[in-house]
Amino acid sequence: MNTANPLPQACATARVIEALAHTHLYDCYQCGKCTAGCPMAAQMDIAPNRLIRLLQLGRGREALDAQSIWQCVSCQTCATRCPKSVNCAGIMDALRQLSMEEGRVSPAQRRVMLFQKAFLDNIRRNGRLHELELIVQFKLAGFMHDRRFSLLFKDATLAPKLNKRKKLHLRGKKVRDRAVLRRIFARSMDHS
Amino acid sequence: MSRIGVFICWCGENIARTVDVDALAQEVSKFPGVRCAMNYKYVCSDPGQALVREKIAAEKLDAVVIASCSPHMHLKTFRRAAQLAGLNPYKVEMANIREHCSWVHHDRAKATAKAASLIRLSVEKARLDHELQPIRVPVTRRALVIGGGVAGIQAALDIADAGYEVVMVEREPSIGGKMAGLSETFPTLDCSQCILTPRMVEVGQHPRIKLYSYSEVERVEGYIGNFTITIRQKARYVDISKCTGCGDCWSVCPLKRNKSEFDYGMGVRASIYVPFPQAVPARPVIDAKTCAKIIRNGCGLCEKKCKAGAINFQDTDKLVEEKVGAVVVATGYKLYDIGEKQDKASLAGYGEYGYGQYKDVIDSLQFERLLSASGPTNGVLKRPSDGAEPKNVVFISCVGSRDNAKGLPYCSKICCMYTAKHAMLYKHKVHDGQAHVFYMDIRAGGKGYEEFVRRAIEQDGAKYYRGRVSKITQEDGKLVVRGADTLAGVPITVEADLVVLAAAMRPADGVAELAQKLNVGYDEFGFLLESHPKLRPVETNAAGVFVCGACQAPKDIPESVAQASAAASKVAVTFAADELMREPEIAGINEQTCVACYACLRACPYHAIEQAEVRTPRGVFVKHTARVNPGLCMGCGTCVAVCPSKSADLEGFTEQQIYAMVESLV
Repeated sequence: MNTANPLPQACATARVIEALAHTHLYDCYQCGKCTAGCPMAAQMDIAPNRLIRLLQLGRGREALDAQSIWQCVSCQTCATRCPKSVNCAGIMDALRQLSMEEGRVSPAQRRVMLFQKAFLDNIRRNGRLHELELIVQFKLAGFMHDRRFSLLFKDATLAPKLNKRKKLHLRGKKVRDRAVLRRIFARSMDHS
Repeated sequence: MSRIGVFICWCGENIARTVDVDALAQEVSKFPGVRCAMNYKYVCSDPGQALVREKIAAEKLDAVVIASCSPHMHLKTFRRAAQLAGLNPYKVEMANIREHCSWVHHDRAKATAKAASLIRLSVEKARLDHELQPIRVPVTRRALVIGGGVAGIQAALDIADAGYEVVMVEREPSIGGKMAGLSETFPTLDCSQCILTPRMVEVGQHPRIKLYSYSEVERVEGYIGNFTITIRQKARYVDISKCTGCGDCWSVCPLKRNKSEFDYGMGVRASIYVPFPQAVPARPVIDAKTCAKIIRNGCGLCEKKCKAGAINFQDTDKLVEEKVGAVVVATGYKLYDIGEKQDKASLAGYGEYGYGQYKDVIDSLQFERLLSASGPTNGVLKRPSDGAEPKNVVFISCVGSRDNAKGLPYCSKICCMYTAKHAMLYKHKVHDGQAHVFYMDIRAGGKGYEEFVRRAIEQDGAKYYRGRVSKITQEDGKLVVRGADTLAGVPITVEADLVVLAAAMRPADGVAELAQKLNVGYDEFGFLLESHPKLRPVETNAAGVFVCGACQAPKDIPESVAQASAAASKVAVTFAADELMREPEIAGINEQTCVACYACLRACPYHAIEQAEVRTPRGVFVKHTARVNPGLCMGCGTCVAVCPSKSADLEGFTEQQIYAMVESLV
């Protein structure tokens, strides 16, 4: 695996992505094993291997604007099976992060972003998932964003099923050592 | 006082641009012992060499220093010139003022001063040079060929046809190697057995080839021209000099359900068996791991049935010695094991492809056996699980190869071609079937190769998808292959009845151990190292040992055969001379001062030092000593470095010379 960064000066986005994902984009030889194993690839506008190709070509803008980076479910199959050990899932994360920082999240994917934010907030507060709180927070944030009532009641029919599996607690449990949690978040927010 | 001549070369502009050659010649001529110093535009040219010869004669020079390029480039040239002028060639020294000076410096004054220092060193060395004579070693005109695959067969036949005796050692019960098991061969689709078996018979019947089948090389001693090889003949339990190969034994053997190694587990064989009907020698072997007589003294039917009385259950391994002058290594390859278990920690398997878990996921050699007319299914394509004819077959290339995560980053070179062949042969057998090929790149460089692959696609309708497969699962009796078509940019799923994995080529088992016995280098994957990838492709760094075939790198049949013939011609070259000449710059031991600690013996990487005794002319024992075998010594100087009593020294680089060189600088 090469250690030298072979990216030309022009590929600013690609450089940032490499740094964020701790991986070498030019190790990718476009075999497509990432796309082959991706459970979401059939729904994606730009498949994972093509996103990496765009970055290799210095067309990072197109990658940042892709819908597919928000469709990725972070299952890590791509990175696990990559014959060149390119951290494809990490690249997806990095693309999402950059897209958000630059305010380029496409309107169609805004809800995905809001969900992810709500999810992270939830973990930050509790150290574990509190489903009810997540649902409320996500739906409120979504409603504030696009003012559509339909979101509020979408999936409401799932409630009995969730209840049956004892997923709906009025009061969630929190982890005991919250200081550790704060440190984890502090460290992962520290890009340097 | 010595009479040394110094010749400074301009190398056109290469040296003269940076080094002031006139000033340099003037300065050098003042060095003690230098009789004359001159410069010339190209000392290596004919007039340049004439100048050297002329000066040697006119000035009665007793040593020469050429200040020019690297000795790798022209030491031989100047030694020859000196010899023509009547000077011992080992009294020529070179000072490298090109690579070590003019090419790497800019400052003219400093470069000139450095060149003067370099020449001073060489003058000091030349002053203490001894007159040496090349070492002559006799040659045993017999070659050992290790491995009886197509490369070994070709090499053995070529050497034998050139008039020299050949000893062939084959590990398996029959020669033929991997090629004997193939169905048809690309790009002409000629039947593998039809072209190979006549060559195997030739080896078996050749008056100058001695075949040791079911044998391995145990020990290698000696050096080029004079190797002594110890061969282990594994217990076969059948005396092949008595056996007629009638077949009564294996037809009577009740244990017929053993997995056949020759069929890669696709077929079965008895406990006493010949690997395949065309085997050479066509004599059976008893599998000691499964034979009831050997395991628990039962059965013994074959012994009762054998009219020739050839069966011997008391057989043991035997060691035999053979003397040879050159060795050809043709140990070939094996396939990468696709399953999870690996024989090396640096490798990983493909859990995601279900090999070993699903019966209908097989490797390429197994598929060859299913296609072969002499295979377990007599050439009728039946899948292993239920014997049904597969209507959709998926071929996956680069399994293991070009996969850093599995530990084999190299390209196995032949898989693109045989996968196209597989797709084609499949279509020839199953007319309403569909072949699907997942590939990353198609590497079809070779005569008629590209056309062959296009034929598979255009005429035989194989569907090619550019992309790797991520996972194979089994659902409702179908193998579900999840891959990608990166040209269309979409993931695709193919339901298959049979999946064939083109596994990477790896060097055969035990090659590293063999290489160590022969002092031949090998790379991180176990492929043997040639001396030079372009100019010495079949030589190794061990003199007299040659390589050919897939033990050196992945290669196909035409290339293996070409390389085998090349190796054979190198053997013939070795045998052409009456005596072999070796460079005399080797180590010597002062037996008067040697304390016989044998530190040198342990340090010597070439096993060139032996224990010896010093005796008076009447044979009275005086002392123990270490002694250098001049046939084996490569002149590395390791013994000189480790000798605590300073008894070891290296001709051409004596300690006296090195001290003199150092002293001249300080």
